[in-house]
Amino acid sequence: MSSTGTWEAVIGLEVHVQLRTQTKMFCGCVNHYGDAPTTHVCPVCLGLPGSLPVPNEEAIRKTILTGLMLGCKIAPVARFDRKNYFYPDMPKNYQISQFDDPLCAGGGVGLDPFLFPKEIQDTEEAKAGRTIRLTRIHLEEDVAKSFHFEDRSGIDFNRAGTPLMEIVSEADLRTPGEAFAFLGSLRQVLLSGNVSDADMEKGQMRCDVNVSVRPVGQKEFGTKVELKNLNSISGVRRALTYEIARQIAACRKGEAIAHETRRWDDEAGATFTMRTKEKAHDYRYFPDPDLLPVRTDQGLMESARAELPELPAALQARLAKDFGVTAYQASVLASDRVLCGYYEKAAAGTTHKAVVANWILNDFLATQPDPATTPVEPAFFAELADLVAGGTINSAQAKKVFAELMTNPTSPKALVKKLGLEQISDSSALGTYCDEAIAANPRSVEDYRAGKTNAINALKGFVMKKSQGKANPVQVDEILKAKLSA
Amino acid sequence: MSLAHETLVSLRRRLAAKEIHPRDIVKDLFTQIDAREKTLHAYTHLNRESALAAAEKADLSLPLGGIPIAIKDNLNVLGDPCTCSSKILEGYKAPYDATAIARLRQAGAFFLGRTNMDEFAMGSSTENSALGVTRNPWDPTRIPGGSSGGSAAAVAGRVALAALGSDTGGSIRQPAALCGCVGLKPTYGRISRYGLVAFASSLDQIGPLTRTVEDSALLLSALAGHDPRDNTTDLRKPENFLTKPDGSVKGLRIGLPKEYFLPGMDTETEAAVRAAAEWFRKNGATIVEVSLPHTPAAIAVYYILATAEASANLARFDGVRYGRRATDARDVLDLYQRSRSEGFGAEVKRRIILGTFVLSQGYADAYYRRAQKVRGLLREDFEKAFAQCDLLLTPTSPEPAFRLGERNQDPLKMYLADVFTISTNLAGNGAISLPCGFTQSNLPIGLQLIGPRFGEETILRAAHAFEQAHDFWKRMPPS
Repeated sequence: MSSTGTWEAVIGLEVHVQLRTQTKMFCGCVNHYGDAPTTHVCPVCLGLPGSLPVPNEEAIRKTILTGLMLGCKIAPVARFDRKNYFYPDMPKNYQISQFDDPLCAGGGVGLDPFLFPKEIQDTEEAKAGRTIRLTRIHLEEDVAKSFHFEDRSGIDFNRAGTPLMEIVSEADLRTPGEAFAFLGSLRQVLLSGNVSDADMEKGQMRCDVNVSVRPVGQKEFGTKVELKNLNSISGVRRALTYEIARQIAACRKGEAIAHETRRWDDEAGATFTMRTKEKAHDYRYFPDPDLLPVRTDQGLMESARAELPELPAALQARLAKDFGVTAYQASVLASDRVLCGYYEKAAAGTTHKAVVANWILNDFLATQPDPATTPVEPAFFAELADLVAGGTINSAQAKKVFAELMTNPTSPKALVKKLGLEQISDSSALGTYCDEAIAANPRSVEDYRAGKTNAINALKGFVMKKSQGKANPVQVDEILKAKLSA
Repeated sequence: MSLAHETLVSLRRRLAAKEIHPRDIVKDLFTQIDAREKTLHAYTHLNRESALAAAEKADLSLPLGGIPIAIKDNLNVLGDPCTCSSKILEGYKAPYDATAIARLRQAGAFFLGRTNMDEFAMGSSTENSALGVTRNPWDPTRIPGGSSGGSAAAVAGRVALAALGSDTGGSIRQPAALCGCVGLKPTYGRISRYGLVAFASSLDQIGPLTRTVEDSALLLSALAGHDPRDNTTDLRKPENFLTKPDGSVKGLRIGLPKEYFLPGMDTETEAAVRAAAEWFRKNGATIVEVSLPHTPAAIAVYYILATAEASANLARFDGVRYGRRATDARDVLDLYQRSRSEGFGAEVKRRIILGTFVLSQGYADAYYRRAQKVRGLLREDFEKAFAQCDLLLTPTSPEPAFRLGERNQDPLKMYLADVFTISTNLAGNGAISLPCGFTQSNLPIGLQLIGPRFGEETILRAAHAFEQAHDFWKRMPPS
């Protein structure tokens, strides 16, 4: 192997996504986290002798929906298989999964340039807008959750048998940044379809990474290493950055890469050997005889299609075109459907939609992080934008109204009155102020008339001061100019 | 006469007429049990108190009101032991009712006790029970058949009126034949398997063991029908079977599959079964010879597929959550190994290992997947045969009951006991075994009638006509 020259990484991801459903995958127990341990259980999800699984149609539909959103082919007939291995968190000692006939095959995830890490959003890598191909998406049951105490272990079976979707990418990713953007972009799609809350830090989205390195130009893959214990999207990026460097350094020294599973230690910032893969585990998959093949018939497909949301890419294009927001703002809005819905409502009542976007994405979120529960009505933004555009208040006054609006969510019109901010646009009142300014500043008047046009600013300042900032600056400018040239 | 000798249909009539009370039935049964059970050992657990209590509050307006039933030890009855005659489930009590049990309850029945079986239904003699052997009521030196040997011996030995069993490769029909009672394996999907501890999920089916065909139909009517808890149950509506039996077999086309009459088979069995065919012919049925050409592969296919499924189904018995847990285990792996080594018997271990092997990487194509293909061919055999006839008529077992200890050292020889019953499980069809004669040494011989899928009504009508024209069913084992 070449010890000099440039190297590249080859990365594939396996992403497990907890589906947001009413009930578990194969029984009627509630699919809910955070309750007292082993309270949402029944003979089926405890794997008691004699119990039988019955598939959850909602989970199947959401998996098909995910497949449709990601451009996968939906299998006309899918099957469930048993994956055999012993582990205390898996009550039957086999997991019902899909092997030969998964629900979805193919498809891809388009990388959103704004979902790359901030500091590399301007690079070619981010701007390339690559699409990462998917191998498949299948549906399975999750295992229970183990807790390890000093002298014993405990198992909470509330998670046992909850629906879990596994999304497997092709080895198309080349950089930690792309892996980061892949997960962010995938999450954006999953959120848009209300398929999952997909929060890696809460374990709702879990990711295993396969990574190898090879000299640029070489076609064959290097020896693959699997990384585990990745608990955030940024953690995936950090782990990959470390692991790729480790592998390249080893290869440069002529060392062989071991085919193994390594554990990422986020605190240490390094990966460590968990187990070698010399003996590949034989899961002895076979079709689960308790479950009939799943026919994705017209009814099922139609009910999945009926749930198709506006996809992130389409939404971003529409926001840019119809609302005049920036590409970055469109990406942020597409990642948060609740915020986006709020924004669309806020912008609906005004033609000054881009201004509203700025307010909402900057100042608003700083004090009102949850648009779903905020007492600030979206319509207030349109009202405020129109007050500025119509000349009732100026932009400096708008800031004051905005700040007040966040703590005292009432109509901006009422706030303007309450704060006494209404702009003076009455020309006779403004004329009086201007006359006073001219009378009080003879030198500035002289300078202006001598051609120093800047001198008018002193006069304007006088008017603004006298009017306590309420004078309409545009009108003041016009009136002063007219009076001075008279 | 003790009420323990009567049929369900006759007891139901007498209960309705207020001639007798359900407690009389229970008392007579326990008198019989106290007299016979020491020899038979059909039961592994008896519900003395709860059966009497249930008898006192029985609702006689229901179709099975006041009727006690014995249950094979692999069906969950809430609060009762459910050990599958295995040490690994020692002390385990069912935390819920199987659907079949719930349906019997709804129909007014209650439960007399747990019947012995081959451990996890793996066997043909009930000798593989960890809870002791069961003896054949006709000759206590002989096996009752298996795996539902306890249920068959209980019904034939008059210590139960009727029992539930399960049939994966013949486990209801073969013991019914060897004990001289009626055993029905319904079409796969006819009765919910929810609550039946799985041996081989694609083959298992619950069914009744009774003294008469009418009793079998009565229980099937209560048990059958779609269950939302079992994805493999058929969607058809529940029906009542054998409501107007007319005793006629006129016009019925009966197929004799040539592969089921083998040279060298037990001559008395062959003679009795051929005589039964002759009775059908004389009474207006047509006899046609048919072929099920893939029959010779059935045993091999069965022992690959059944063990493959069993290897996964029995993985849950690991000592972690319930059942027997090995003490002083060093770690989780050690706990698994010791609990399973100590808990499972030899035949169960043999089948788990075989099933694990046939699914292993590098072997699954040659064994598991090839067996699935041959299973498809076997199914086609039956479809083609049923294009030519309405029912198939065969012996249930190639021979009458053999002696205790005669076969249990030779698993392959034991596996041949199911040679005539296994194919119907692989194809999914329903079949019944009923008595059609006795050997010179007074051992029952079983006749098997196999129907097309969901052809239970045809099976029951023909079986009932044959049964009522003979008095084999009335014969009592020596006491």
